[in-house]
Amino acid sequence: MTSQTHDMLADASDLLLTPGGLDLAALDAGLGHAMGQGIDYADLYFQRSWHEGWVLEDGEVKEASYNIDGGVGVRALAGEKTGFAYSNQISADALAETGRTAAGIVRTGARQRVAPGVATTSAARYAGIDPLSGLSAEDKIAMLKLADRVARAADPSVAQVSASLSGVHEVVLVRASDGTLAADIRPLVRFNVSVIAVKNGRRERGSAGGGGRFPMSRLRDDNVAERYAKEAVRQALVNLEAVDAPAGQMPVVLGPGWPGILLHEAVGHGLEGDFNRKGSSAFAGRMGERVASKGVTVVDDATLADRRGSMSVDDEGTPGQCTPLIEDGILTGYMQDKLNARLMGMAPTGNARRESFAHLPMPRMTNTYMRAGSDDPADILKSVSRGIYAVSFGGGQVDITSGKFVFSASEAYLIEDGKITAPVKGATLIGNGPEAMGRVSMIGHDMELDTGIGVCGKEGQGVPVGVGQPTLKLDELTVGGTQS
Amino acid sequence: MTQAFDAAAQQALLESRARMALDLARQLGAEACEVGASVDQGVGVSVREGEVETVELSRDQGIAVTVYVGQRKGSASSSDAGEASVRAVVEKALAIARHTGEDPASGLAEAALMATELPDLDVHHPWPLSIDEATELALRCEAAGRGVTGIKSSDGASLSSGEGVRVYANSHGFLGSQRGSRHSLSCLLIAEDENGMQRDYDYTSARDPRDLLAAEAVGESAAQHTLSRLGGRRPATGRMPVLFDPTLASGLVGHLMSAIAGGALFREASFLCDRLGDPLFPKWFSLGERPMEVGAMASSPFDNDGVQTRDNVFIRDGRLASYMLSAYSARRLGLQTTGNAGGARNLRISAPLESREALLERMGRGVLVTELMGQGVNGVTGDYSRGAAGFWVEDGKIQHPVEEFTIAGNLETMFQGLVGVGSDTDTRGSIHTGSWLIDEMMVAGG
Repeated sequence: MTSQTHDMLADASDLLLTPGGLDLAALDAGLGHAMGQGIDYADLYFQRSWHEGWVLEDGEVKEASYNIDGGVGVRALAGEKTGFAYSNQISADALAETGRTAAGIVRTGARQRVAPGVATTSAARYAGIDPLSGLSAEDKIAMLKLADRVARAADPSVAQVSASLSGVHEVVLVRASDGTLAADIRPLVRFNVSVIAVKNGRRERGSAGGGGRFPMSRLRDDNVAERYAKEAVRQALVNLEAVDAPAGQMPVVLGPGWPGILLHEAVGHGLEGDFNRKGSSAFAGRMGERVASKGVTVVDDATLADRRGSMSVDDEGTPGQCTPLIEDGILTGYMQDKLNARLMGMAPTGNARRESFAHLPMPRMTNTYMRAGSDDPADILKSVSRGIYAVSFGGGQVDITSGKFVFSASEAYLIEDGKITAPVKGATLIGNGPEAMGRVSMIGHDMELDTGIGVCGKEGQGVPVGVGQPTLKLDELTVGGTQS
Repeated sequence: MTQAFDAAAQQALLESRARMALDLARQLGAEACEVGASVDQGVGVSVREGEVETVELSRDQGIAVTVYVGQRKGSASSSDAGEASVRAVVEKALAIARHTGEDPASGLAEAALMATELPDLDVHHPWPLSIDEATELALRCEAAGRGVTGIKSSDGASLSSGEGVRVYANSHGFLGSQRGSRHSLSCLLIAEDENGMQRDYDYTSARDPRDLLAAEAVGESAAQHTLSRLGGRRPATGRMPVLFDPTLASGLVGHLMSAIAGGALFREASFLCDRLGDPLFPKWFSLGERPMEVGAMASSPFDNDGVQTRDNVFIRDGRLASYMLSAYSARRLGLQTTGNAGGARNLRISAPLESREALLERMGRGVLVTELMGQGVNGVTGDYSRGAAGFWVEDGKIQHPVEEFTIAGNLETMFQGLVGVGSDTDTRGSIHTGSWLIDEMMVAGG
């Protein structure tokens, strides 16, 4: 991969600063306003995004929308204190006003100087392009109509088809008092199909989708419209046959890929730097201890090419990296932004993320996954006499303090005597993070990443993420079905 | 607040931008157009362990334009409502409308339905609060919580205060605008025993700062909630009654409203398709909305189509009396709008209310649920399976905390199985309800 730092900075400067009469040199003065008395770090985060969305329903693209968002967020730090203000105008006046407001968090102490900006060198993890421009409106509509035709032709029980195509062209530029100067152009696209199937008075939904940081034209070239349409119908038909799920504790086998939200919830959030600095995570103070079975290795990896959760640089200008979190069952790393890394005496790990210029950055996950083991997935299923095999999920949540987490299956099956039998209705699985990771007893050799659909929410901020894992067996987890 | 917010000036500015967008759309060839615009300003202060942690000043604006050309539609929006931006948004919306397909149901709501009664509903109560005063309140709230014996640490107390203006206008000549405010104070605390840490919180929220609970009361209540969770065990697996705390009962009302929303119905994505008139709840239960209630959380005289809002009854004597429809979803279903573009406003329950103690007594043995986790609600089938925490109840009395379990059932069966509503009404949100006692659900624990 080549370094695109210089071009990226020039492009970002043209798109973000020039329209408001600013340039890179003017940012030192802008930052000066935020470096008030007693402030030991300040940063400016410029962002502009162009979002486009097309929706098909009833065989017709009846709705499409376009959104332009942008502005500058100014943050001033003093010890553990943070002052923050933002403006949707990018101009010298806006920098002065928001800077002084953010700096108001403390009013005494020495005034520190702004270090000269040095452009961050980082490898590009995706092409810095406008992903929306590669396809014409007619091409986009044709893709959506193809999904509709394929889904309706797949089975007579398909009653409703909706499909959507969306993309964001996002440009960011960060300038911080520690000399950081970094820019990034982040494409993000996604295609989704959702169907309702009706048969014998029953009604079920199936859905499928995916995407990443690449041009929309790749979605067409990869023929995702046809693939996701068939997959959505398949899932709806499976769910039409589903019986009530069992209730209680039992072995659970998770399929590869998207079920990796187990790791996101059970482990990931608990290893974010802010919760550990404050001691509010169930994993706090456990560095170097065993927190999972032997063989369990979990990483957070922003460097994967073109993935939804990847970042060439994070929202503080730190290059994205691959951070080992758990190695062979031992807790080895936290995910850090600059504030929490500094207060914990650690290094930032490129995990600072924010929903937009109007939100404060926090330590967040990127692509979080478990590395492959050596078990044959077929042997994993054979080892279970009665349990659940879950292959798709709707979402999850964690209480990082108690460690309790849930995730809700949207496609699952009974395992009886080592064989997959009837599909079961969606059920929530609940466990305790550290305990559940200790119950991982078999790890498949079939590591997969998800298709690119994840959104992670934390303190009201949503950011795109990826997950992944091989087929996994947990010896015991509570399954929230309705049958005793 | 340190940033001045002149609500009247902002309102006048947004109204002029909305008119500008309508004029421009007409000039550029749109046959009909609608515009939503808003500006919000606020301050948020959070403290932790007796120190200020963050001070955030927010100022958000936005404008969204939808144009109609024949039966085709295009939408565009921007976070900047400046004149240049308004022009760009209108042009983009029109460009999109050249590509979208014809939709016989598209278009504005009928002109005759536009709201004409536009009273001041008394929902704008700015709080002239300095950062220092906001900090002081948050610190007092947190200190009261941390002062309770057994609290280990604090994850912080936060005060937020904001006000804003929203405008909706369309090419029928309707223009409605409304100023509003919202203030809240919350506290999140941590306690620990030999089994590990627990967290819980409490909050107060109101349109008028004078209606907020005392800062100390919020902190102390957060402490009591947190301490009460220590020593949680898993309940036994089995079928039993479940009592939903008021905050969670309002979630059940929310699931019902999602299922009778026009969008879910015309997409056949609801377990309540074609059920108008059917008995869904016991006869003694009714549910309606009061959009014109003075000073309430979701009050508005007009909906997001500009249609006059009205007191709808959705459940009458247990039966599904009305769907919740916008102009568009109504056309898709061959019905009339119910003035619910943007949702229901100020939902209120009508039922015989019982004390929490009486409900526990009636339950006998079961779980009182005070927290739910995850998204395990399927609106298409009504299937319900969620993670939970709360208390074990035996002989009508709370025995001990329970955690790491699920409750599962189907919303339709749960609604039929509603056996009592509590008098412990939570009035902080747009939905007001007390606890709900459901006769039987599957509890999966140890």
